[in-house]
Amino acid sequence: MATLTKNGTTNGNGKASVLVVIQMTGGNDFMNTLVPYTSGLYYDSRQTVRITEDRVLSINDKLGFHPAAAPLKEMFDEGDVAIVQGIGYENSNRSHFRAMDIMHTAEPNAISTEGWLAKAITQLDPDGKNVLTGVSFGRGLPRAMAAPGVRVTSVSDIDSYGLMTSVDIKEQRAEELDIFKRFYTPAIGSGATMSYLQQTGDDVLSGIDRLQTVPGRYESTVEYADNPIAKSLRDVARTHIAGLGTRIFYVQHAGYDHHAIEMPAHEKLLDELSGALRDFMADLREHDAAEEVVVYAFTEFGRRVQDNGSGTDHGSGGGAFIVGERVDGGLYAEYPSLDPKTFANGEDLAHTFDFRGVYATLLEQWLSVDSVDIVHGKYEQLQPFKVTQG
Amino acid sequence: MSTGAVGARTDPALLAHLYRRAGFGATREQLDRLGVQDYEDTVEFLLNPTPEAGVPDDILARYMGGEAPHAYTATWLFRMINSECQLQEKMALFWHHVFATGLAKNEHVLAASDQIELFRRNGLRDMRTILLDLSHDPAMIFWLDNNENHLGEPNENYGRELLELFSLGVGNYSEIDIKNAARAFTGWTFGQPPPLYPHGYYPADFRFDPADHDEGEKTFLGSTGNLDGVDIIDIIVEQPACAAFISRHLYNFFVADEPQVPTWNDLPPQDPELVGAMSEAFLDSGGEIRDVLRVMFNSDSFKNARFKKVKSPVELVVGVLKAVGEHDDFRFGLAKYAESTTVVMGQKLLDPPTVEGWHTGKEWIDGGNLTERVNFAVGEIGDGSSPGIRRIVDRLVEGDSLSTPESFVDGTLEAIGPIEVEDVTRAALVKFAVDSEGDDDRSRVVRMLRLTVSTPEYQFA
Repeated sequence: MATLTKNGTTNGNGKASVLVVIQMTGGNDFMNTLVPYTSGLYYDSRQTVRITEDRVLSINDKLGFHPAAAPLKEMFDEGDVAIVQGIGYENSNRSHFRAMDIMHTAEPNAISTEGWLAKAITQLDPDGKNVLTGVSFGRGLPRAMAAPGVRVTSVSDIDSYGLMTSVDIKEQRAEELDIFKRFYTPAIGSGATMSYLQQTGDDVLSGIDRLQTVPGRYESTVEYADNPIAKSLRDVARTHIAGLGTRIFYVQHAGYDHHAIEMPAHEKLLDELSGALRDFMADLREHDAAEEVVVYAFTEFGRRVQDNGSGTDHGSGGGAFIVGERVDGGLYAEYPSLDPKTFANGEDLAHTFDFRGVYATLLEQWLSVDSVDIVHGKYEQLQPFKVTQG
Repeated sequence: MSTGAVGARTDPALLAHLYRRAGFGATREQLDRLGVQDYEDTVEFLLNPTPEAGVPDDILARYMGGEAPHAYTATWLFRMINSECQLQEKMALFWHHVFATGLAKNEHVLAASDQIELFRRNGLRDMRTILLDLSHDPAMIFWLDNNENHLGEPNENYGRELLELFSLGVGNYSEIDIKNAARAFTGWTFGQPPPLYPHGYYPADFRFDPADHDEGEKTFLGSTGNLDGVDIIDIIVEQPACAAFISRHLYNFFVADEPQVPTWNDLPPQDPELVGAMSEAFLDSGGEIRDVLRVMFNSDSFKNARFKKVKSPVELVVGVLKAVGEHDDFRFGLAKYAESTTVVMGQKLLDPPTVEGWHTGKEWIDGGNLTERVNFAVGEIGDGSSPGIRRIVDRLVEGDSLSTPESFVDGTLEAIGPIEVEDVTRAALVKFAVDSEGDDDRSRVVRMLRLTVSTPEYQFA
């Protein structure tokens, strides 16, 4: 059996390890994702926004998945899912942006402009040779993937990816892109901002040539559902299978901010996400490209213990999922205490594991990069990966 | 090559520069019209907006009203494109950058849009009025938790940001000043409006709760007494640090990108002379923003500041829309530019990411954003059938611009700006002009325009 190597360049089947990060934007309701279905307090607090015991997909005598997460439960049963329970940090921030910023920069105590994954990319590709080392799919580049001087690629739609895509006469477009390339040739004597712009345009062009080959090189029997996260994960699969050297992928699944009408909305998202994850892993396996991939799905905060009659407000003590063939499936860290005396702010789940320790785990044990500078210190790590003896 | 209308008194390139900075750009027709008066007169016109020169509120309400955020941002974009009071709209955007208040927390669209209306109304007035109105603004009070700032239990959020981000900057006050400013603003709260459902948004209104106000003695920046929020603002606006901080903010927004605000205490301004002159105008006038801007726009330093400022997404998008001329009249579809187009480029109006506001300058640019910017601008120029682009094409085809490759390039740069480009860019455009010789004239011009809006130079204001 393959061994988890320590040099950061190869893993298992001899291919470089790849991390796929899924951002569940808006604050996923962890209590309704992994439900403490025997807790009286849960049902007392959740008069409306609750999963009844008969619907829970139990994994032990206390906890069970939301029924819409059945595909995730199947993967869990197969041993491919590590659930990190009670993830968070001291004085969890309830602002979406600040909380997400903290997740992106691994820095709860100061404003930072350096994303944790961008800093990992500088270690994976110190000379910035491959602009596809880090690729984000979806709208806008998340701060997690951004840091001064780090070259990454941001793709909104890989099938239409490219510059001047609205120019539909092929020859005209090729000709105009040739001129564009001349504009964006880093020139000596330009101002700092001008040369940064030129460099950025040049990076875009060098990524585009290779990314545009991705759709044409892909065939699969897996049929993904028609929703944004499935589309994004399919883009990740296609790009990974094309072998362009990407080590970190980033995708976003939006809509978890369920202050109101949470029951149907949350169910839909969990159904989309877990189905997409199942299809993604199946797709990778079909292409013998699964073993080197690990998925990390996180959110910026958990939600209030007490529901508000229709949804739940911002809280803390969220959860995260680590998925992959090399994952040693099971429950990690502790489920946040349901004793009200332990609640943060008197009303939120208190975290049991620092998110920076999860980052350190992924960085050190999966990507084999040094985490101390990235997470600003040393944090307790998990052991969620299979490691063979010897 | 045309240099503007007969009898022009102002270089069109300078006017175009002024309008890109003090507004969101100008069409060639506007430049020709404005060119007959002196530059200083145009500055005065911009500094003194009148209701008559703006877009009538009632017409906007009739055609573009509604309570969703995109209804308001669509009306604001419409004003940015069409109002003659360009600086009024630009100053509203400026204060939105500085007093960054996020809809994501507040979730009250009417309060958010009322705040922007406040900036539209007050943006060119004196700093005392601006800060007083800000401190009474329900969206701001909720955003920075002043409704949680109680007698005996002060919440420092507003007091801190008022000093750190809104008026003085780090290094010009102490932690004690923050605590006492917070105490002075206790009891400044708002009345909770009725819930959204089923009847829609009601305005939130300022309330002062005397029973929750700290009447004790406080010392703030050297003054001692039973100070309240008004006293705090009176003291702030007299500080030379306030004059310097606001002047630098204006310089950063209108003249040249400065480093991000949190570094300002450590790094001096790149143009201490101009920022100094602006600060002086601030102190001499009792904080009149109009007077500070007059000094700034009339300075040589401003006039020569080319390639010094990266366009924000809103500036880029509105500038292109103005040139394209599809939204000179009311029609559907404007909202998507605020709700989607600028958002994918990194700026969502009414919803800055944090109280720090957007990170500006070169931080507007990454590979994805640049791709979005270029594709948007190229897509809007499209096949050249929009009214604004047709006018530009007519002008070039009917003039003698297409006679040589060089005059073709110069004519195009003039017609879409005028904008200046670096030698390497110009050489690439000339190459296209040469390669496309013999092609249909109109098609060549449209393609040259697409290329021009794709240049690095076009990313600069």
